[in-house]
Amino acid sequence: MTTSLADVAASGATLRAFLHGLPGVDRVGADQRAATLGTRSIKTTAKATAIDLAISMVDLTTLEGADTAGKVRAMCAKAVRPGGDAPRVAAVCVYPDLVAVAAEAVRGSGVKVASVATAFPSGRSSLEVKVSDTALAVAAGADEIDMVIDRGAFLSGDYLKVYEEIVAVKAACGAAHLKVILETGELATYDNVRRASWLAMLAGADFIKTSTGKVSPAATLPVTLVMLEAVRDFRDATGRQVGVKPAGGIRTAKDAIKHLVLVNETAGDDWLSPDWFRLGASSLLNDLLMQRQKLTTGRYAGPDYFTLD
Amino acid sequence: MMAIFEYAPAPESRDVVDLQPSYGLFIDGEFTDGSGPTFKTVNPATEEPLAEIATATSDDVDRAVRAARKAFGVWSALPGAERAKYLFRIARIIQERARELAVLESLDNGKPIRESRDVDVPLVAAHFFYYAGWADKLEYAGFGTRPLGVAGQVIPWNFPLLMLAWKIAPALACGNTVVLKPAETTPLSALWFADICRQADLPPGVVNIVTGAGETGAAVVAHPDVDKVAFTGSTEVGRIIARTVAGTDKKLTLELGGKAANIVFEDAAIDQAVEGIVNGIFFNQGHVCCAGSRLLVQESVQDELLEALKRRMATLRVGDPLDKNTDVGAINSAEQLAKIRELSELGEAEGAERWSAPCELPERGFWFAPTVFTGVAQSHTIARDEIFGPVLSVLTFRTPAEAVEKANNTPYGLSAGIWTEKGSRILWMADKLRAGVVWANTFNKFDPASPFGGYKESGYGREGGLLGLEAYLDV
Repeated sequence: MTTSLADVAASGATLRAFLHGLPGVDRVGADQRAATLGTRSIKTTAKATAIDLAISMVDLTTLEGADTAGKVRAMCAKAVRPGGDAPRVAAVCVYPDLVAVAAEAVRGSGVKVASVATAFPSGRSSLEVKVSDTALAVAAGADEIDMVIDRGAFLSGDYLKVYEEIVAVKAACGAAHLKVILETGELATYDNVRRASWLAMLAGADFIKTSTGKVSPAATLPVTLVMLEAVRDFRDATGRQVGVKPAGGIRTAKDAIKHLVLVNETAGDDWLSPDWFRLGASSLLNDLLMQRQKLTTGRYAGPDYFTLD
Repeated sequence: MMAIFEYAPAPESRDVVDLQPSYGLFIDGEFTDGSGPTFKTVNPATEEPLAEIATATSDDVDRAVRAARKAFGVWSALPGAERAKYLFRIARIIQERARELAVLESLDNGKPIRESRDVDVPLVAAHFFYYAGWADKLEYAGFGTRPLGVAGQVIPWNFPLLMLAWKIAPALACGNTVVLKPAETTPLSALWFADICRQADLPPGVVNIVTGAGETGAAVVAHPDVDKVAFTGSTEVGRIIARTVAGTDKKLTLELGGKAANIVFEDAAIDQAVEGIVNGIFFNQGHVCCAGSRLLVQESVQDELLEALKRRMATLRVGDPLDKNTDVGAINSAEQLAKIRELSELGEAEGAERWSAPCELPERGFWFAPTVFTGVAQSHTIARDEIFGPVLSVLTFRTPAEAVEKANNTPYGLSAGIWTEKGSRILWMADKLRAGVVWANTFNKFDPASPFGGYKESGYGREGGLLGLEAYLDV
């Protein structure tokens, strides 16, 4: 990190000055740019490439109160072998208490285990609880931690609190990768999305993630666009590359491909891999598999040809 | 290195356009032969001839004006609500035939299908819908309700169908009849429009289309029975027309050239400003009279902005206009390409630094890579003359006052753009800029309800909106 950025979090005032000094985001312009990129026509070989890339980037997710070991094992089986010769997904994403089950189920497959943590989804607890929540998940074998930021602190301007929590959780992660969920649907403005993205990256995030999936709107194209611009600019400024994960609301192959177009034309090739871009989703995978089969056979198979896990 | 995610060709089918080998003039509701020698219209992306087009001589123009004069009696006597029905019908047919019109426009003009599909054709329909709405409400517009008579209209090649709509929709709504001459390099969509008029059962003679080159246009403008002349095109031709019309009782509106300043302040939303700069100068290959061809950037953010701009320009997809993923299409004609090349060479010779986006240009057809000149001074030719191509000149400023001074220091005054997150500065600047349209944190946005027109050598009169009615009423 450059020396000028190292001092940014020296105090609440310096952090605030830095974040408010970032260029603004014009909502109309950002929406328009995302909409224009959404009209890209991805056909034939490009579509095949995009679908397999998207499958390999999926964080297959179940985050329900009703989750059980059985449910998680079934999902993990799908993650490892989605069907036919389709590539495996990037990771499975579960609650901390089911990490051990998931880790066992995907062992040796290359599929990573991600766990939400830090009083997900609201983040309304003490730092102590958040850190031990994280430690629990890591101890159970999580490769990746998806933490939530304290949106209340962010919106009230207490950026230092948000920063320090991320730093503390990052420390608790040890070797596990840290994804920081901004919950952009609650941050509301694109200016806030850009500030929160930089805040998370400055604090050590390996990935920045749009949403918990529990708040609407979740991942939208313009929000992903703003976050992609942020990681691109952050690497230019610091040399450190940070990944992006839109999550929630991406249900169709078409949506997924639009996100890949954004990556391609904003951040570029360096982000077009599961190491740097993920799609947090559950039902998306089946649509990707359905479109994949349609490309090979020329016709759609019925929904019963794709497993519900 | 092969890109990870390469877009496969996604061409729009040209089968939706049924091209005949030759086309005549449209006079008094019928397609008829022209008396002059025919000429070819070509696809600028491939140089392939598309069709033979008739040339209207002054006798043909006279026939067209007589047809329009005859129809004027019937058309102007119709209640506004009845005229509105025809205009609404035309608007709906345009929407129904949108795909065909978009492909045709891209074939004849060279513009990307994404633009003809998402910008040109929807705006054309919107203009007819908008002025259809005015036809029975003229008494509330404040310009009276008496039409002028026969309007002679001459339009350019950059937005062939859209410029036709800007001219014909208000003229018809007010009760005038028209003789319109499309540009010689892009006559096809006007002839398609003639077919749409027939499909809509528009009374014969209300719309007449005469094709040809400058002489045909001159005949339209000079015809003694034309009551109103409307022209969009170069300032040079605009001057000739103003001279022709001087001393007659013809009403005249001119929409001419521009050299718009797109002004970026240090506090601008930088990613969106970059998009706005790109859209300002590379939209429609820069063949836009209101193009943001001069970028005025505050010195304090110059390096950062230019780096971001070049990075963005490198992602522009230049090529086949019918490919749905193309961002920048073909230059409209060999003549225009020669002019762009000549001015760009002059830019280098006068000391500005040239940078072009790395892109492979097709071998056949007329192409020019998106280009930016840095280190441009106000005294350079490329900062003064309208290039009308994908060439951006970058100048710098230090204070808002200097930005205004430089922006206004041009014989033109068609449009300007301001990029800042500070609202009070937008208002202050908009008040000082002598330009017909001032865009704030956006560029090249058009709406039928918004009047468009120039200051100084960019012309006079307004098209669009309520003010657009004035040009077609006997005020």
